[in-house]
Amino acid sequence: MAEIQLKSLAHSYSKHPSGAEDYAIRQMSHVWHNGGAYALLGPSGCGKSTMLNIISGLLQPSEGEVLFDNVKVNELSPKDRNIAQVFQFPVIYDSMTVYDNLAFPLRNVGMPKAKIKAKVDEIAAILELGEVLHNKARNLTADEKQKVSMGRGLVRDDVSAILFDEPLTVIDPQLKWKLRRKLKQIHEQFNITMVYVTHDQLEASTFADKIAVMYEGQIVQFGTPRELFESPNHTFVGYFIGSPGMNLIPVQRTETGVEFDGLPLHIHPELAKYAETSTSSNIKIGIRPEFVRLSNTPADDSYECHVKYIEDLGTYRIVTLELGSQTLLARIDEDQVIEGDTVHIGFPRQWLKLYIDEFLVEGATE
Amino acid sequence: MNKVSNNKAWWLVLPVFILVAFSALIPLMTVVNYSVQDIFGPGQAYFVGTEWFEEILGDERLQDSLGRQFLFSAAVLLIQIPLGIGIALMMPTRGKRASVCLIMLAIPLLIPWNVVGTIWQIFGRGDIGLFGWGLNQLGFDYNYTANTGDAWATVLLMDVWHWTPLVALLCYSGLKAIPEAFYQAAEIDRASKWAIFRYIQLPRLKSVLVIAVLLRFMDSFMIYTEPFVLTGGGPGSSTTFLSQTLTTMAIGQFDIGRAAAFSLIYFLIVLLVSWLFFTAITHLDKQK
Repeated sequence: MAEIQLKSLAHSYSKHPSGAEDYAIRQMSHVWHNGGAYALLGPSGCGKSTMLNIISGLLQPSEGEVLFDNVKVNELSPKDRNIAQVFQFPVIYDSMTVYDNLAFPLRNVGMPKAKIKAKVDEIAAILELGEVLHNKARNLTADEKQKVSMGRGLVRDDVSAILFDEPLTVIDPQLKWKLRRKLKQIHEQFNITMVYVTHDQLEASTFADKIAVMYEGQIVQFGTPRELFESPNHTFVGYFIGSPGMNLIPVQRTETGVEFDGLPLHIHPELAKYAETSTSSNIKIGIRPEFVRLSNTPADDSYECHVKYIEDLGTYRIVTLELGSQTLLARIDEDQVIEGDTVHIGFPRQWLKLYIDEFLVEGATE
Repeated sequence: MNKVSNNKAWWLVLPVFILVAFSALIPLMTVVNYSVQDIFGPGQAYFVGTEWFEEILGDERLQDSLGRQFLFSAAVLLIQIPLGIGIALMMPTRGKRASVCLIMLAIPLLIPWNVVGTIWQIFGRGDIGLFGWGLNQLGFDYNYTANTGDAWATVLLMDVWHWTPLVALLCYSGLKAIPEAFYQAAEIDRASKWAIFRYIQLPRLKSVLVIAVLLRFMDSFMIYTEPFVLTGGGPGSSTTFLSQTLTTMAIGQFDIGRAAAFSLIYFLIVLLVSWLFFTAITHLDKQK
């Protein structure tokens, strides 16, 4: 087990990177603490797998350092880093039985037979592979294969960390849920550092204690699912986390705060001060659809607004609204009644977030 | 449902039937026909039953030739298959160097058989051949025309030079087909080079190795031109293989009945051994 530290890390697949867009990972630093269950969340192509391969040692970073317990491991192979990794598509050694597959990583370091058997039996039981243990691995179903693939990582309980690269992609939803629970269970049992790459926020938040959101080759926020939801650090986090994502409204500075389409927005005075002193013209206000207040009667700080349409998603509804030139989304309970096609909406001040150059302006918490 | 009976559809099979008849059935049956007759000349053929077969199976000269043939094929397979795999493993996988290696490997395969024989015939000569002269200069008493061991070594060396590239190319393509993910997984699983070869590369080379083994067996078992040009079967009959014995019998002595019976037995041996190889390799790990 180890604490994994990434120091000024950057990676480019091209030999002579000329600009930021040539980098799969842009310079960043990060620490994965010992024994944590982490998720690395981001859209396809944001550099998640690259980062995983750099941590495991399959890839040498072009810049920066990878430290395991404060020891630089850049030049070490995955074997010497003692790290396990599970890939997106199952890799099984198809000439071997399931048992031999699971025993393979242990045999390779010459572990005694009896100990191997104990470990393999233990993991096979957890993954429910007992019945097929002595079958040839090539005859397994897709999800059994992925279980074997995962099992090869899990049999090694002395590893520095186990990395999962979207391991449940090929598995059907029912089993997905079950396997995620198993992983969590294994994590609690053995307390191994686990990093779980996914592009599915639900998967990330059910597995991990803390989620790192990655965007354009950088970790833009690292926090608990709640933190990511309530105060996204970056407009991308706001947009990517939540269903639907955060409403982001481009605004202009005024003497008293900010406005858009001539409509003043009542943000926290402290935030207004920031907006005032900023020289950037890229200012946005963000609010989650969950926090938009909807009412059939006007209030002091409400805006009259046209209802474009309402989607019923079973337990809740998504209302699409038009305010000035902006389209906003609001999420309301199923039982809230909306009369006609005009509503009055309000933005509770504590949920109005200010973004300058796409990054959150912090400091105003009520 | 009513089954429509339309026997005219059989006509569609006719072209294939004709093709197979001309390419395989008729020639084969001609040989079968010859093998049960004693033919003195046109219109002078007498049915002799299985007499030729009995004679051939008891012929010591042929038995010796068959023994040599098996020995040669075994040596060819034992050398060329591991060597070919080894070369394929050492080859660069991409870039210019890979292309250069591929071309270098392919050159021997492009040379006509009799030219290969001629090349080695000269190459091995003690007076003007670099190889033979070189060995003699180094103090070895090398002479492939007089010395049975030297003749065998030269014929084998020539065949290894000529055909190992085929095995290497087949294995190379097999290795290229292994997804990178397997090597990554193996690296993560701390597999040694040997373990990677034994558990990842070798199992995935199986299908190309079946082809390589079969091709090399059949080719080496039917070898004719190269040793004929190189040693002429000598010294004595030490490098006279089956096909040369057969040719001498059929064309040299015009002993068509005997030669036909011999051909059939020869054909059956190739068929049988190929079948054995194929079954053995494909059933190697068929169990559950």
